[in-house]
Amino acid sequence: MDRDDLIVNDSYSVNARHDESHGKQIRKKIYFVTILLSAITTVEVGLGIFIKQGTDFWPVVKWSFVIMTLIKAGYIVLVFMHLGDERKSLRYVVLLPYAIFILYLLFIGVTESSHLNDVWREFQP
Amino acid sequence: MAGEATKAIDKSLLWGGGRSPFSVSYGKMMMWFFLVSDALTFSGLLVAYGYARQAYLGAWPIGEQVFHALPGLTGNFPLIYVALMTFILIISSVTMVLAVEAGHRMDKKGVTKWLAYTIVGGIIFLGSQAWEWSHFIHGSAGYIITDTNAQYFLVEEVPHGKTAFDVEGFSLIANMGEENESIITGDKATSLFNDRINYVQGANMTINEYGPPQYGNFFFFITGFHGFHVFTGVLINIIVFIGVRKGIYEKRGHYEMVEKTGLYWHFIDLVWVFVFTFFYLI
Repeated sequence: MDRDDLIVNDSYSVNARHDESHGKQIRKKIYFVTILLSAITTVEVGLGIFIKQGTDFWPVVKWSFVIMTLIKAGYIVLVFMHLGDERKSLRYVVLLPYAIFILYLLFIGVTESSHLNDVWREFQP
Repeated sequence: MAGEATKAIDKSLLWGGGRSPFSVSYGKMMMWFFLVSDALTFSGLLVAYGYARQAYLGAWPIGEQVFHALPGLTGNFPLIYVALMTFILIISSVTMVLAVEAGHRMDKKGVTKWLAYTIVGGIIFLGSQAWEWSHFIHGSAGYIITDTNAQYFLVEEVPHGKTAFDVEGFSLIANMGEENESIITGDKATSLFNDRINYVQGANMTINEYGPPQYGNFFFFITGFHGFHVFTGVLINIIVFIGVRKGIYEKRGHYEMVEKTGLYWHFIDLVWVFVFTFFYLI
């Protein structure tokens, strides 16, 4: 099993270096992610313009927006912010507390506001 | 101590405990922790926005119907402007990651170039946002409220300091968006306009022509808070750019400062991705 707690001088963030050939590889990945992010954004804008809210298709489009956004966010955090290259421990320290709080907050927000909406609908003249 | 370190690490890099948690420097780890707390703030704002919107009986305006203008052009271009802003921010995020990559190769020229592009991208984004705010605040033709609390939308705006008589063929739309929508013209329209109790045009903190007052408030607060982040991001980038030009990081032996501001800059892009989806698209 790979040990994740070892501190090797080369893996220390300040000493992270690479040469030109390795840099080429990294840049290739960056350009790939650029094209991907741009493509997803284009698709999102296209769907937003051509599918009107309230049509039969809309719920599918709405959820596809959410999924596409999460994919974009994942690529930005893991590749652009290099969180994917960090140690597992740092990844979890950053992502887990955030995920726990926000999932709970989302749950409260959606439950409460849906209930409020129901009540207001009931008492609408 | 077997397995603690396979290779001796430079003592000056270690923390007080004699080791380096997560194998990252103090500054970088604290940047991550700051970003987590900042992400919680933005998430709180976006959840509050979703809460208000969900509770509002479907009276919330739709992004593509509010944001459909381009500078210098008339006509209907839903979402195009905000899509351009998104592209600008994504591209400046890419140039930032290229600057970080150049830093890992100790390529001072590369860092200088890409960081400069990033700053330019950030400034263009700020300018775009200024225009969007201005457009949002000034609005379009607007609507009037009469003493019976009815709303009549104007077909053409009445410029500030002018009256309805100055607008040729002045007309109002009654029951906008409903089945019995109708157009009122002539004397009836001008007298309705003269007897109005309020003429709502554009947006301010208490009322706006697009939808519920909260809509304007959330727009100002969320995009404003994000814009403020972009502004500080540009400032920090400029400071680091000066450092790069002066060769401070070259002397220090690493370009980690570029990496840390890079984290902040990518975070701004990340927030915008969510604002774009939840404020403009959905």
